[in-house]
Amino acid sequence: MTAEVQTVHQIDDAGVDLDPAALLELYWQMVRARRIDERTWVLHRQGKIAFHISGIGHEAIQVGAAYAMRRGHDYAHLYYRDLAFALALGYTPRDFYLAVFGKLGEPTSGARQMPSHFTGRAQGMLPPSSPVATQVPQAAGVALACKLRGQDRVTVVTLGEGSTSEGDFFEGLNWAGVHILPMICLVQNNIYAISVPMEKQMAVANVADRAPMFGIAAAIVDGNDVLASYRVMKEAIERARGGGGATLVEAKTYRPVPHSSDDDDRTYRSRDEVDEWKRHDPILRYQIYLRERGLLDDQKIEDVEARARQEIDEAQANALAAPYPPAEDALGPVFKPLHD
Amino acid sequence: MADKVITIREALSAALREEMQRDERVFIMGEEVGVWGGTYAVTRGFIDEFGEKRVRDTPISEMVIAGAAVGAAMAGLRPIAEIMTINFAFLALDAIVNHAAKVRYMFNGQFTVPLVIRTTTGGGKQLGATHSHAPEVIFAHFPGLYVGVPGTAYDAKGMLKASIRDDNPVLFVEHSTMLQRRAAVPEDPDFVLPIGKSDVKRRGKDVTIVTYGKGLEWSMTAADTLSKDGIEAEIVDLRWLRPLDLEPVFESFKKTNRCVVVEESLPMFNIGAEVAAQIQQEMFDYMDAPVKRVSAMDIPLPYSREIELMALPSAEKVVAAVKELV
Repeated sequence: MTAEVQTVHQIDDAGVDLDPAALLELYWQMVRARRIDERTWVLHRQGKIAFHISGIGHEAIQVGAAYAMRRGHDYAHLYYRDLAFALALGYTPRDFYLAVFGKLGEPTSGARQMPSHFTGRAQGMLPPSSPVATQVPQAAGVALACKLRGQDRVTVVTLGEGSTSEGDFFEGLNWAGVHILPMICLVQNNIYAISVPMEKQMAVANVADRAPMFGIAAAIVDGNDVLASYRVMKEAIERARGGGGATLVEAKTYRPVPHSSDDDDRTYRSRDEVDEWKRHDPILRYQIYLRERGLLDDQKIEDVEARARQEIDEAQANALAAPYPPAEDALGPVFKPLHD
Repeated sequence: MADKVITIREALSAALREEMQRDERVFIMGEEVGVWGGTYAVTRGFIDEFGEKRVRDTPISEMVIAGAAVGAAMAGLRPIAEIMTINFAFLALDAIVNHAAKVRYMFNGQFTVPLVIRTTTGGGKQLGATHSHAPEVIFAHFPGLYVGVPGTAYDAKGMLKASIRDDNPVLFVEHSTMLQRRAAVPEDPDFVLPIGKSDVKRRGKDVTIVTYGKGLEWSMTAADTLSKDGIEAEIVDLRWLRPLDLEPVFESFKKTNRCVVVEESLPMFNIGAEVAAQIQQEMFDYMDAPVKRVSAMDIPLPYSREIELMALPSAEKVVAAVKELV
């Protein structure tokens, strides 16, 4: 079936000011994230790790959004599907493999929290949650703090469309509207809340249709087009930075793999539907675009793949060789001591 | 500086005012805290003194009040979030127990959450079962969150100031029927009480009463009655449910060999259960009688005045419990 796939051609580069090196960097970020993700599925199927939650298919919106931010300056309040986003912000493949193997030195949590809860003070990544959408009220608080402190930092909070059924989403965006906060709520709409499709989640056609009730701006973007994603996010972020308030950005995308390693998506959608997605694969689409621009050819594509493979092999081997945390690591750091 | 006799309400106001003057990062947000001056008038006048930027009226939106407070704390401010009653804090439970309490641990100390959530607790005002329970023990279940419940104006001021200065999240629980109680309170702006220290509020030799919050009032009244019958109760006010300081309880128990726990919680899985377990573990050789518990009845709190009071603890119930032991 893959032989018949005709990739959708179009990439909308209107208004995108990136030079060739930057355009290729986006490609590198997308490919590397995809290959790490694929490798992690393999590790799970080999029985080497307990769990994986995948971001395959979401690379374009995540990488586009990350590069639209002032990385390290703006805050990112991510969710568990944001592997490509986190990597683009400076999280490393080794960080990720230390997390999935639960090894000593894992920087996000000291191996105390599940993998894919991407957090790093240096990268401006705030702690995500597992109960979905709780990051929206928290991000509203972060954005409020930035505003009160007179900082020009923007907070980007991400979630899936499934999370938008939670009260947290509504309360958090209402707050962002009332307080005119420098906050972007980026919904990665992949059509399924685990197994439940859009039409059983909401009676509106688009998540972004809800923005007027909060008095905030809205944008809908093709989330499988990295350049359109970059441009739309950049516009929203700079409007927020300039005091223009929050934006609800809806990126239309698709998750061609199960929600996590714990579900089988064959029980809730057809193979035809998943195959159709392959025509929209954000990496293949961007590859065609870069070829047409003369920035990629077969050799360069293989070079990127080889570089990714080497980086992933090293990161995986390094994490596998690392020791497990000692028993006493389970005990700390619950409270900050009085005189820390 | 001298002490001054003030109410718990005034003590809370003074603590908030002094800490806002001391640290610019401290700000207040919640329903009615600004223009109206707080549901219980604790922040009356604050919006004029500190401005709308630091005294923020919010939508009726508990999960975002608590959630945004967690976010603002992680981003470098020191929010004081007000939830009208602890019974409404269930709407914010995820932000409080899954995030405020756990972020430091789950993310290896990268983020601290210097947050105070102020709320009121307790029955006796005919507000029914969804306003009137005293479920602070639920929040004390989770490591990572301090839970303070003052029973006097002196403690209210010193404990609240300590909570605001501490880098850990604190649930600060004030009893809605005790705000007019008076006591001598230091005016010194550096008066701060340590977090996690219980306090012996009355000396006695015959029985140890362990209590906190409104239970302190019932217990003190009961102790006066018991004294007339020649029974001298020693009263340990826990003040903090976490960190829970039982050392003064054990010290007292060595002398009295009897204990009654008095609290407004429901009877199942409450502080009395914890104290009884720890006493039998640590003080087995000193026990002359089973640990008794006085709590609310095991029902949703009713509205009608007489049956509401019937369902709550009282000084009479404390007296009766003690007399069963001595």
